[in-house]
Amino acid sequence: MKVSQSPWILHYDGSSCNGCDIEVLASMMPHFDVERFGVINTGNPKHADILLLTGSINAQTAPVVRQLYKQMPDPKVVMACGICACDGGIFKDCYNVMGGVDKFIPVDIYVPGCAVRPEALIEGVKKAIAILDEKKEKMKIAMKQGYCTVDYGRLAVHTTAEDYDAQVQSDAEPTEETEETAGEEKAQ
Amino acid sequence: MAAKSVIPFGPQHPVLPEPIHLDLVMEDEHVVEAIPSIGFVHRGLEKLVEKKDFQEMVYVAERICGICSLGHGLGYCDAVEHLMDLEIPERAKFLRVIWSEMSRIHSHLLWLGLLADAFGFESLHMQAWRIREQVLDMFEESTGGRVIFSVMKIGGQRRDVPQDMLKSFLERFERMEEEVKVIARTFMDDAAVQSRLKGIGVLSADQAEALGCTGPFLRASGVARDIRSTGYSAYGDVHVEPITGTVGDSYARCDVRIREIFQSFEIIREAVGKIPEGPVEVPVKGFPSGEYMTRIEQPRGEALYYVKANGKKFIERMRVRTPTFANLPGLVEMLKGCELADVPILILTIDPCISCTER
Ligand code: SF4
Repeated sequence: MKVSQSPWILHYDGSSCNGCDIEVLASMMPHFDVERFGVINTGNPKHADILLLTGSINAQTAPVVRQLYKQMPDPKVVMACGICACDGGIFKDCYNVMGGVDKFIPVDIYVPGCAVRPEALIEGVKKAIAILDEKKEKMKIAMKQGYCTVDYGRLAVHTTAEDYDAQVQSDAEPTEETEETAGEEKAQ
Repeated sequence: MAAKSVIPFGPQHPVLPEPIHLDLVMEDEHVVEAIPSIGFVHRGLEKLVEKKDFQEMVYVAERICGICSLGHGLGYCDAVEHLMDLEIPERAKFLRVIWSEMSRIHSHLLWLGLLADAFGFESLHMQAWRIREQVLDMFEESTGGRVIFSVMKIGGQRRDVPQDMLKSFLERFERMEEEVKVIARTFMDDAAVQSRLKGIGVLSADQAEALGCTGPFLRASGVARDIRSTGYSAYGDVHVEPITGTVGDSYARCDVRIREIFQSFEIIREAVGKIPEGPVEVPVKGFPSGEYMTRIEQPRGEALYYVKANGKKFIERMRVRTPTFANLPGLVEMLKGCELADVPILILTIDPCISCTER
């Protein structure tokens, strides 16, 4: 595969059981080693390209996740890792679980599994790099044509979190783009 | 005297794989008070007993925490088995011991890696995790899962481990032991590491006892308490001696955990030598009723499982008290007076597992 850039990952644990977190960390370690794609685990949202989320979302983590998402510069990709992050998983019926990550921020890639396997994660990261490239391209075009505002508003490839919020409130539907990719990934 | 300032720490922080938030009240470089706020990972899984029957709850119990997943399954199954008067076969009991010790090895190696990362030894961090992968491989071969196993069930084990596989594990553990010895030397003898760990976060035996700490955290302060010596599962048949330190500082905690890794190798060796042939499960009939409390020793300390049932398919109440919850008061005490730069290390030395604390 072609790796056009070294994406940096920001990992946040929504409310996972920890199983997925250690698998995420394990895939950064020598045995699986996603670092060979130039992936680095960073703690700073402003440095990150990929937001990697494990675990479902509850009332207390929702604002944190939203804030992290807003702080990341465009273009960015969101990966939901583990079935909990995808839709709530085994804890779906719990009173303090509000559901998967995609209820709060747009998700580009769903990596299922309980716990998610490092192989699946690496495949997910590979796809994330491709999506990142795509978004970058689209953004370039938009910028050339003068569509793209400073905060990369609606006309840009990626809606900002504020836009997304507004959209969710108006029609309670994720953006077309995320829905498409979501369908694709889930089908696999 | 300098004015006090408050530094928020977490929930998203590079040294923390899991979210916990601390408000550190600082005076210059020193922490005067630490106020933890938890609840980021609370799911409310104890209430799931109303929606999942007592057999399905095993899966939920295993997902209390992904690191001690096996132990949580064991604790819950043990409690329900007592309620149903089920005597599980000897082979199943020994398998439980072997897997528990494997969990301990991988959990302690994981912790050593995180600690190395916290004091800035990147390659040591990687080495510890590389060695740990071998345990996960063995877990995968014997149970089918790397971190969540779903091998425990009420009445025994879902699958048996062939004798020759156990033998081959022993050989691999032998090799692993050598590798652990190599990294242990750096942890114990390196001057830079010692300067980061020695005398940091001292907790005396009395303090640790009074605050109700458990596990390696408590034993490092010199209190010999290890629930394994009560002999649950097949621990009565193997030799378990609580490993203790004396000083109660971060270095002692590291030392205790490293020695526990070697102890676990020993226990596995002994258990594989003694494991009898036979079935690994007994049939389950009827539903549990009554109340029971199980205590087991997790890698992080004593965990407690309470189950109350009334002869129906759905049990009435399940309650879990996990080791990190018991160790948090100790952490808050320890943080008082330390330097800001030591906070990440001190948080790590209790080996926090937030997801099981908050369930
Ligand atoms: S998907 Fe499974 S392993 Fe991952 S956080 Fe959820 S329960 Fe834990």
